[in-house]
Amino acid sequence: MPEATPEEAGDGVQIDLISGARMEGLTGMEKIRLILDGVREGNIVVLEEGLSPDEESKLIEVTMTEISPDEFNGIEIETYPHSTGRDKGFISRLIGTESPKKLTVIGPANQIETLHKDENLISALVSRK
Amino acid sequence: MWYAHTPSEAEAREARMGLLTDLRNSISRAVDRMFSDADPKRIGIYGPPNAGKTTLANRIARDWTGDAVGPESHIPHETRRARRKENVEIERDGNSVRIDIVDTPGVTTKVDYKEFLEHDMEKDDAVRRSREATEGVAEAMHWLREDVDGVIYVLDSTEDPFTQVNTMLIGIIESQDLPVLIFANKTDLEDANVQRVANAFPQHETIPLSALEGNNMDEVYGKIAEYFG
Repeated sequence: MPEATPEEAGDGVQIDLISGARMEGLTGMEKIRLILDGVREGNIVVLEEGLSPDEESKLIEVTMTEISPDEFNGIEIETYPHSTGRDKGFISRLIGTESPKKLTVIGPANQIETLHKDENLISALVSRK
Repeated sequence: MWYAHTPSEAEAREARMGLLTDLRNSISRAVDRMFSDADPKRIGIYGPPNAGKTTLANRIARDWTGDAVGPESHIPHETRRARRKENVEIERDGNSVRIDIVDTPGVTTKVDYKEFLEHDMEKDDAVRRSREATEGVAEAMHWLREDVDGVIYVLDSTEDPFTQVNTMLIGIIESQDLPVLIFANKTDLEDANVQRVANAFPQHETIPLSALEGNNMDEVYGKIAEYFG
């Protein structure tokens, strides 16, 4: 697949697919910065393995501090549904962690709209700015 | 752009250390709770905007203290600051619990001032309200991570509960090891579907109620006293 320059991509929507291995080496705040910097440029960010609940909490908090009228309205985020507590193992319940490995799609709230979502499929409509 | 990266031994070691830290923190939180039974428990009322959180907080506060917590409105983000009502003592069926009710702003991942214009608001007022709303959501998330001992998660039972915000928030609450009750509110409305709420979060107990009409409050208070007591 030939690579497009940023100028050539001006009329399109950039999609960043970020592997779990790439995110694993980053701190929580670095992950959030990577996501929000991309989203604020109008990109759709797809995380192979998603964020931990604590990182999701901080993502919401940081997103709120960056919302600005007529400029950035926040994010739309979709993941497959979490496994329920019944499915979690004993150790997982004991230490209060849940596997964060779930594909996650994040985009600017004014450019991405979820059309359909179930446990196996996320269908989204992405528009240009 | 695709990033590819093979985890190193150092990263694997760091992951193992993280697991141990999680375990230590979890045990520490459990011990803290065991030795702090005399203090009132701070119970956060969480949920999406317009689920009826403040109506519920006011109902509980009025029933047990005679005071209200804050103003209610059909306009989203009426509550833009977390508000605490201290020392609310609830007694039911031999169980009693003393709690601080923390009414929190509705959690969302987006706020657009234009939605307030639809409620006959001037642009300046709408922009100010949206700015306060974003601050309130950030504050609510901070309270959830740092300052509550249990959660009442309020959902409008006429709305689809399978939203990303609900899924994320329940996941965040579970990861904090916080006890949580799901309240399926607005059962006085014709479209209410309590079973749909219960199906969305089967790992937690769902209690139907109408905070506005005061329906099923006996069970609500019984569960609060039993669960958080």
